[in-house]
Amino acid sequence: MTTSQLLLNGIAVFLTFCIFSFLYKDNPFYKFAERLVAGVATGYWTVLLFHTNFRDKVWDTIVINHQFIYIIPALLGIAMWTRFSKNYSWISRYSIAFYIGISSGAGIPLIFYAGIFKQLQGTISTPLAFSWAGLNAFLIIVAVLAALVYFFFSAAHKGTMGTVSRIGIYVVMIGFGAGFGLTVMGRVALLVQRIIFLKGYAIALFGG
Amino acid sequence: MTFLEKLMQVDRRWIYLAIGVAVIIPAIKSFNVPVSPSPEVKKVYDFVENIKPGEYLFVAMDYDPTSLAELNPMAEAILKHAFIRNEKVVIVTLAQFGPGMVEAITSRLATEFNKVRGVDYAFLGYRPYPAITILAMGVDFRSPFPVDYYGTPLDSLPVMRGIKNFYNVKGVIDLTSGNTADMWLTDGNGRYGFPLAIGITGVMAANYYQYLQSGQLFGIIPGIKGAAEYESLIKRPGEGMTQAAYQVVAHTVIILFIILSNVAYFATRKGRAKSGGAR
Repeated sequence: MTTSQLLLNGIAVFLTFCIFSFLYKDNPFYKFAERLVAGVATGYWTVLLFHTNFRDKVWDTIVINHQFIYIIPALLGIAMWTRFSKNYSWISRYSIAFYIGISSGAGIPLIFYAGIFKQLQGTISTPLAFSWAGLNAFLIIVAVLAALVYFFFSAAHKGTMGTVSRIGIYVVMIGFGAGFGLTVMGRVALLVQRIIFLKGYAIALFGG
Repeated sequence: MTFLEKLMQVDRRWIYLAIGVAVIIPAIKSFNVPVSPSPEVKKVYDFVENIKPGEYLFVAMDYDPTSLAELNPMAEAILKHAFIRNEKVVIVTLAQFGPGMVEAITSRLATEFNKVRGVDYAFLGYRPYPAITILAMGVDFRSPFPVDYYGTPLDSLPVMRGIKNFYNVKGVIDLTSGNTADMWLTDGNGRYGFPLAIGITGVMAANYYQYLQSGQLFGIIPGIKGAAEYESLIKRPGEGMTQAAYQVVAHTVIILFIILSNVAYFATRKGRAKSGGAR
């Protein structure tokens, strides 16, 4: 590791400890690191958005390439800024109308297809048979129906409804359990990655 | 106050300290843990393995440095696998803080495997609004990305000659820590029907397994466990397998805490019920 890398990684080590210090209690070091992240992220994002959105899609296309059709979306974009004026904020509704219209037109059919129809198909498509796949298909159907009954509030959860609803809550809890276990793994991974980084830095600094 | 009652009121900072000390153990005395690939990870491996040399794999690295701990190892494993097999790789990022990080990884691996930028792989860069970008790439990659990350027009890149959109790639692997997975499912696979797999953070994993059942995904790489499994399949241990040992120790401590706290809870419940406390 070169001297400049050692220095830069040293700053990263310092900031890592600043963030970890919050585990004990809130303190000025943590606040400094937190605000530094927010500031750097905002600056990076602003410059990136300028280059990947304004320069590429507005300046280059209209001014350099003379594709004047792009003036229309540019004007719609500018119109969004009228939200800040009490007198002219109504102009922004045209931009919002375009945005919602296009998003709905492009999104609704695809969301229905990918989120509902394909999922419904996936739930019922595996044939019920005396095999592990058949048992799995049966469990999925029972679990989906039971979870749906648990969230069905138009009938009292008594008798058969109560029993199925009870199965539904167990299904939901199993789902939450799987989610919790995977979340723990993810959070531990964040800690472990930092420990490995700190170990690497210590070895580079002191040898190992 | 008995030991169990004290345990019920333990300051959470002791738990942080215990976890912190536990994960330092493998750092001092390293050891390996066996990793057995799960079917959903094996399917991703098989897919990449079956792409012929010279054919195209599309990799979207839609994550930023906050989730690099889990997603960098799987990105490295997939890119290594594709480079070893001499596949052409097209890479994009739809995460705003991703470009610099993705560039660093791709450049490093390209150097390691003697791959030439623009010839063996292309990094198209970043564009905002993921859903619109995905829909536009389905028509022509050149629409949202007229130039690559380095400012070179796509038509000038040998690797991009002869490919226009998703119909010209064998499949897409999206590595993501956010809702771009939904957009790739809806606006990508839903609209264009290409084979799609995702590599996701552990937090997200439970929410995406139903897409395997429906066939919308052909594989999932869940969190650091999935990354370790992929590394074991390509027989190139990386950070995923290194992290596995740490994970085992940390999870053991967490499981012990869960068992201890439940024992303490049930053992002290009677006493608390008598005194009118929580049941």
